[in-house]
Amino acid sequence: PAFGLFLFTIARDPLRIIILIAGAFFWLVSLLLSSLIWFIAVKASDPRDEPLQKGLLIFGVMFSVLLQEAFRFLYYKLLRKAIEGLVALSEDGCSPISIQQMAYVAGVGFGLMSGAFSMINLLADSLGPGTVGIHGDSQLYFLTSAFMTMVLIFLHTFWGIVFFHGCEHRRWWEIVAVVVMHLAVSGSTFCNPLYVGSLVPSYLLMAGAATWAYLLSGGSAQNVRRFVLCKS
Amino acid sequence: MITFMNNSDSEEEPCNERTSLMSAESPPVPSYQDGLQASEAGEAQAHRKRRTGSSRSPGSGVSGDVSHLGVPVREGGLENEEEELTLKYGAKHVIMLFVPVTLCMIVVVATIKSVRFYTEKSGQLIYTPFSEDTPSVGQRLLNSVLNTIIMISVIVVMTVFLVVLYKYRCYKFIHGWLILSSLMLLFLFTYIYLGEVLKTYNVAMDYPTLILVIWNFGAVGMICIHWKGPLQLQQAYLIMISALMALVFIKYLPEWSAWVILGAISIYDLMAVLCPKGPLRMLVETAQERNEPIFPALIYSSAMMWTVGMAKPDEAARGASQQTWNAGVDGRENTLHPESEMPERRSPVSARPITSFEELEEEERGVKLGLGDFIFYSVLVGKAAATGSGDWNTTLACFVAILIGLCLTLLLLAVFKKALPALPISITFGLVFYFSTDNLVRPFMDTLASHQLYI
Repeated sequence: PAFGLFLFTIARDPLRIIILIAGAFFWLVSLLLSSLIWFIAVKASDPRDEPLQKGLLIFGVMFSVLLQEAFRFLYYKLLRKAIEGLVALSEDGCSPISIQQMAYVAGVGFGLMSGAFSMINLLADSLGPGTVGIHGDSQLYFLTSAFMTMVLIFLHTFWGIVFFHGCEHRRWWEIVAVVVMHLAVSGSTFCNPLYVGSLVPSYLLMAGAATWAYLLSGGSAQNVRRFVLCKS
Repeated sequence: MITFMNNSDSEEEPCNERTSLMSAESPPVPSYQDGLQASEAGEAQAHRKRRTGSSRSPGSGVSGDVSHLGVPVREGGLENEEEELTLKYGAKHVIMLFVPVTLCMIVVVATIKSVRFYTEKSGQLIYTPFSEDTPSVGQRLLNSVLNTIIMISVIVVMTVFLVVLYKYRCYKFIHGWLILSSLMLLFLFTYIYLGEVLKTYNVAMDYPTLILVIWNFGAVGMICIHWKGPLQLQQAYLIMISALMALVFIKYLPEWSAWVILGAISIYDLMAVLCPKGPLRMLVETAQERNEPIFPALIYSSAMMWTVGMAKPDEAARGASQQTWNAGVDGRENTLHPESEMPERRSPVSARPITSFEELEEEERGVKLGLGDFIFYSVLVGKAAATGSGDWNTTLACFVAILIGLCLTLLLLAVFKKALPALPISITFGLVFYFSTDNLVRPFMDTLASHQLYI
């Protein structure tokens, strides 16, 4: 689905593609930094101490989430500057792309990259022999991973919109809400393999974020009704 | 064998990188060309020295890669509007370059992942005589550095050779050289590639079919690249030969040498293009003086001039088309420069809607990127795919890094309006990301994935 989003909404406009790739790049850099921190922490600690490792992992995850949001903010700043440049260059005085579109594309960029990183090795392995969870792990590993990844990509997209909106209008609580949601989602994955603990809240959160972003982008219940009933 | 090798020697394409914004306009047009910077990415001849003594003949795939990044040339009076148009089209051009680079990388990565042949070690190029099989780290490092020095010096020599030839107007020689080398590339490497792919998928093909296929492929390729042909086909061929060349490099360069060579080449590119005494710069300036397009070879051009149904004066149109498709020809110069809009652009006001018939000839500016750039980008990504513990994350990270580097380089191009080397930024990003992803991110992601945690 995320790839479909990409094809239909982004692939037409070259500027959006650039923003997408840049977004992916920023996410990548944030991942790099967070894994650097984790790596240092692991090397500095005792590798045999299981709970400590687990604790370090949790710490790494949280730190990574925070870093991702920080990079999202940096990206927002960069895009603001870029918009000013584009406005100055365009012929009719207004930017060819609005900040909301940028928010959307940036969110998709982040999401795609994180999704790709989470999924792609799994996909490559799934081409191998069909032995999932043979050592007592859950047999639904692939399925749940797929769903989780999808929900995460969508969430990134929505968070992008909400985040940028919050930055635009200086509503700090929106930004904080995004960060908290992200932490919550990542935290819920700690319940894995108890999948009900992670997938369900994530989907609920996603629905919430979706409606929020939709409302922020100017949609309303009337629009939805009109759309669904195919009224003109 | 020996004669063939000699021929291949002569096929060595210059390792010059020329970054030149050549405006092939007629003299009255004020050229906004920014200095030609020739950077030579020498593709050394791929003399393959098989230690196992296989019966394959050595191929020499020399590609003078010129990494140039040209800046959009702006013409005459309508400067401001043109400037805006240029930068407005800037994003479009970036995409026009993203697509072929991505395609090339996809082809290379797909081949590496599926065909075993290209990851087996079976001999080294003659240009990298030092082996890396030594037990100690220091020795290995030393060997790879020596390999790099040899390779780079070969490239420099070839570059200077090309510059000298160009200066003394030995065009025929250069043309013949390029034709020979592309001939070899199209036929020999394709044959080997096809053979390996068929082997991997266990598909049998008899010789007559094979000969037919390869002959058709090669002949059409030669015509397309060196003469006229539909733009898409030309681009496709250029992408394919870049991918083939990159595959050869990936196979025959030992690991550490490959990375060091990549680093050294980008430094060399930077110097050769930007230093006033660099051979490439001289080449570019000479070409500029003579108002000729840079080599009709080794450049990938992303736009074209339609010369159908001229409503314009003939010479102008012809000059334009000549320049356009010249630039598109089998270029392995790592030159990136926007195609200068031909004289036609000057008279028609840019505000005219582009759909009018006359405007058909004024194509939007394309951007040109030297084929050597393609090749080295693909080598980086391919090496990441081949040796990064088979990890797709690393490959993906390098891919994104290279694209971002290309973006930045194009941005700099728009800012500086000079021909720029396309290699340094992208390769630096790519290398940084490769090593960091391989060593830092991979254990992190693996641990996360094993616990099924998501960040």
